[in-house]
Amino acid sequence: MSRSYLDHAATSPVLPEVIEVMSAQMMRVGNASSLHTAGRSARRVVEESRECIADDLGIRPSEVLFTSGGTESDNAAIKGTLWKALQSDPRRRRLLVSSIEHHAVLDAVEYLVTSGQADITWLEPDSEGVIQPSELRVALEGRAAEVALISVMWANNEVGTIQPVAELAAIAREAGIPFHTDAVQALGQVDLGLAQVRPDLVTMTGHKIGGPLGIGLLIAARDQSPVPLTHGGGQERQIRSGTLDVPGIAGLAAAVRHVTQRQEAHAQELAQLRDALIVGAQRQDSTIEVSGYWHPGDVTRRLAGNAHLRVPGCEGDSLLYLLDAAGVECSTGSACQAGVPQPSHVLLAMGVPEADARGALRLTLGHTSTMSDVEALLAALPAATERARRAHQVSTGRN
Amino acid sequence: MRVVAAMSGGVDSAVAASRMLEMGHEVVGVHLALSQSAATLRESARGCCTIEDAGDARRVADKLGIPFYVWDMAERFKQDVMEDFIAEYEAGRTPNPCLRCNEKIKFAALLDKALALGFDAVATGHYAQIVEVPDGQADGGVRRELHRAVDDAKDQSYVLGVLDSDQLARSFFPLGDTTKPEIRKEAAERGFSVAKKPDSHDICFIPDGDTRAWLAKRLGEQAGDIVDTEGKVWGEHQGAYGYTVGQRRGLGLKVPADDGSKRYVVGTDTKTNTVTIGTAELLGVNVIVGDHARWCGPAPEGEVDVLAQVRAHGEQYRAKAWAQGEDLHVHLSESIRGVAPGQSVVLYDDTRVIGSATISSTDRIKE
Repeated sequence: MSRSYLDHAATSPVLPEVIEVMSAQMMRVGNASSLHTAGRSARRVVEESRECIADDLGIRPSEVLFTSGGTESDNAAIKGTLWKALQSDPRRRRLLVSSIEHHAVLDAVEYLVTSGQADITWLEPDSEGVIQPSELRVALEGRAAEVALISVMWANNEVGTIQPVAELAAIAREAGIPFHTDAVQALGQVDLGLAQVRPDLVTMTGHKIGGPLGIGLLIAARDQSPVPLTHGGGQERQIRSGTLDVPGIAGLAAAVRHVTQRQEAHAQELAQLRDALIVGAQRQDSTIEVSGYWHPGDVTRRLAGNAHLRVPGCEGDSLLYLLDAAGVECSTGSACQAGVPQPSHVLLAMGVPEADARGALRLTLGHTSTMSDVEALLAALPAATERARRAHQVSTGRN
Repeated sequence: MRVVAAMSGGVDSAVAASRMLEMGHEVVGVHLALSQSAATLRESARGCCTIEDAGDARRVADKLGIPFYVWDMAERFKQDVMEDFIAEYEAGRTPNPCLRCNEKIKFAALLDKALALGFDAVATGHYAQIVEVPDGQADGGVRRELHRAVDDAKDQSYVLGVLDSDQLARSFFPLGDTTKPEIRKEAAERGFSVAKKPDSHDICFIPDGDTRAWLAKRLGEQAGDIVDTEGKVWGEHQGAYGYTVGQRRGLGLKVPADDGSKRYVVGTDTKTNTVTIGTAELLGVNVIVGDHARWCGPAPEGEVDVLAQVRAHGEQYRAKAWAQGEDLHVHLSESIRGVAPGQSVVLYDDTRVIGSATISSTDRIKE
């Protein structure tokens, strides 16, 4: 059976040029911190990769820090920036964070709050999944002096809504508060324009864009010096110690180059597939709803590769199983606990009732996606929906 | 057939899944998440559904090359098994939650969901056998009977005595023809990491095995009297629900009986919160009345000779039984001890399970 992979937001297949670059690097020796010839040559690869990434993203090489991925970058940005703020002013202990963040942000914040290190004000989305600038302004009113960090993701990993990051970052800058954004999902699909938006801290990762797993970026403006999570050799501006992963870094640079050069055309291609998928699904079953803002052809307010559907009267995990059995791989979008998908905190924050939130299906497209993947999904969906509804009925109908 | 193999993460369900696959069925492994706050690692032979158990099940599925999913049945389990367990104790009965789980979860919620999703049956690692016999109809069809496993020490037909013929028609117990040591050997030969995993025991949702403390947390401590059959007070207890007929330990009696004999719980009354004690002779009963009768095949007609079993892995006793609607009457050929309301009485015809009922009352009559 040919399989259709519609879960690029979880991880995307590695690009051929990334495999090529990494294979070449893996055959070489050299710790980038060593002083001999092999070390220098490894260091050269790291620095050239850094420069390449900086160039592609419109920032300075010194702002590019290599980490192990999105979770580490989010933790480093949030914890490190709070700890730094507390060092100079113990009253600066409040975090303003959107309630629809990835768990890498949410759980880091929860930890800081429950351990008594921080206070939190959650920024709530509107029904389309957007954190409006007015929401941030209200939260800041009268207490800018106690805020250590503002964090709002660039694009939501579940429902794909793109946040007004430029406006949010401007508000933060005006208030003199560091602004962090998790751009893990946005990179490659959104025209980021970092030089104009100028967020203080940005999280990115390799494996969502066809790069390697286990490597990510924390982009930190030169005036940011978050307290490090790990101490050691002092690599990466003393912010992230640890021997540099030369093949991973080279692979990441190749992937960033690929997606930034093709971003505009790629977004258009993906949006066509996304729109065909959403329109096709709703034509089959008019009760199916799209979560978050969606307008055909739009690539600036919703991720071009994200179709998030809610199928009433179903459990998302039943749909997932039935589609998997039919050769279509997708996700319910929400986090799992021990293999069980939990009702999505994003949908709940958007005001979707819990019963509706359970029928969520996240279908995400990427560089290998074609119209035949969309057709495979649309071919499998009616039978899957029917069976999942029956399963839902027997599991809720009490005897 | 398309079969869901219920995989707990233990050795039995691992071998059951592999046997189903080898029989040529299309098998999907499903681990049931039954705990609302699953622990990360297994700590003892008790407890279940830790994340480690789910991981063990997943590794077996990987090895077999079958799809694997975790299905969340925690809410149903809480309502149908745990809350029923508490309510039964509160009403002064001693339930067996494994029967309730088989009746309401494994061969109901799980089976129903599987059927709705397009599966034909559920397979588990229970030690019991299904035997197909001619149904006597002209079309030469078969019906399924539930029988004891060949390994008498491991036999689990008792906890399956609640399954009706519709449920049995959709169930597979592929381990019933093999002994436990042979299953472990087979698991090792198949290279399963769970081959040496200890058996689980006792009640899965009471990890430390202290049922009375678990109940006290939910029902509160309620001081009451421990009395003899004449009504004389001998001590105090912290809740009649925590005592079971036949129990001797844990009474905390300071004064010995007048004749120095051992004393047992011979009755509990949760309405008056009284525990009654007496000598061993008072424990003997030879009449059992049950309700909630369930038949694994056709209900018996009139009075039948049976073997009756009142606890898992317990002895069997000759008896005469007859059904009266939802009620079941069992007259034992001898007096037996330790029969508490709430337990299940399961009836057998030789190795075949006829059905079961929940014991509502007992009596002792002179023949």
